[in-house]
Amino acid sequence: MMPDLGRYATEVLMAYGGSIALLIAIVAASIWKARRVKRRLEVVEARREEKRP
Amino acid sequence: MSSLWEYANPRKFMSTSTTLLPWVSAIAGLCLVVGLVWGFFFTPDDFRQGSTVKIIYLHVPAAIMAINAWLMMLVASLVWVIRRHHVSALAAKAAAPVGMIFTLIALYTGAVWGQPMWGSWWEWDPRLTSFLILFLFYLGYIALWEAVDNPDSAADLTSVLCLVGSVFAIISRYALLFWNQGLHQGASLSLDAEENVADVFWYPLLICIAGFGFLFLALVLYRTQTEIRARRVKALIAQERMT
Repeated sequence: MMPDLGRYATEVLMAYGGSIALLIAIVAASIWKARRVKRRLEVVEARREEKRP
Repeated sequence: MSSLWEYANPRKFMSTSTTLLPWVSAIAGLCLVVGLVWGFFFTPDDFRQGSTVKIIYLHVPAAIMAINAWLMMLVASLVWVIRRHHVSALAAKAAAPVGMIFTLIALYTGAVWGQPMWGSWWEWDPRLTSFLILFLFYLGYIALWEAVDNPDSAADLTSVLCLVGSVFAIISRYALLFWNQGLHQGASLSLDAEENVADVFWYPLLICIAGFGFLFLALVLYRTQTEIRARRVKALIAQERMT
């Protein structure tokens, strides 16, 4: 299944490995931050509801 | 027909983007998987570049989106400066880390390709240099958002920085035409069929470009939602302190 990359196998695999890792990193960082902010908003909104007369 | 300005309303933006996000993300994932698998496994080697031609499926889409991300930030910044719509300023802020990562991928894959082809990881070629400066502008833009406490002042200052950086985004795109020198080759994709890469490389490349484009759109929608929520948290906490 793996194509024969010949003498440039290291470079091609480095390019794919590094780029896919960077893409996964930005997606993961975005999801992590979104969840953190969403949780924080829920806490603050709940506190606000509690304080309402 | 509804006006584009309706999306300046955070509530409208949140509801529309929530509907769009699963579709845009699915299209992005599908295009990236199909394009990259096709390009990596099912395309032949180039007669001169050998298997390094497969790097084109990452390098070209990343470079195109690195420039277009900055141009999107420019449009959003101008909307902020002219019409003071907060969602547009937050969309520009949300796009910057994504554009920065695309620029980094373009620089990295270019260096990895350049080493065996040019015999050098890096050359002070006009296009490479302008891309490096664009990357530094991305870092500066992100840092400036973090450095200024007042969000409106931060949006104003980053908009000015974005305007200045746009010069380098345009130079990155047209460096070859402006200087007509350096090692970097001409466009891989063009309306002029003579300049295009061969069809066997072209179709998976188009799919990868679409994949990077949809990934950018999905991430910007998602991250803008996060910025809107973060802004609301700040506002509610400020309200709490006042009461």
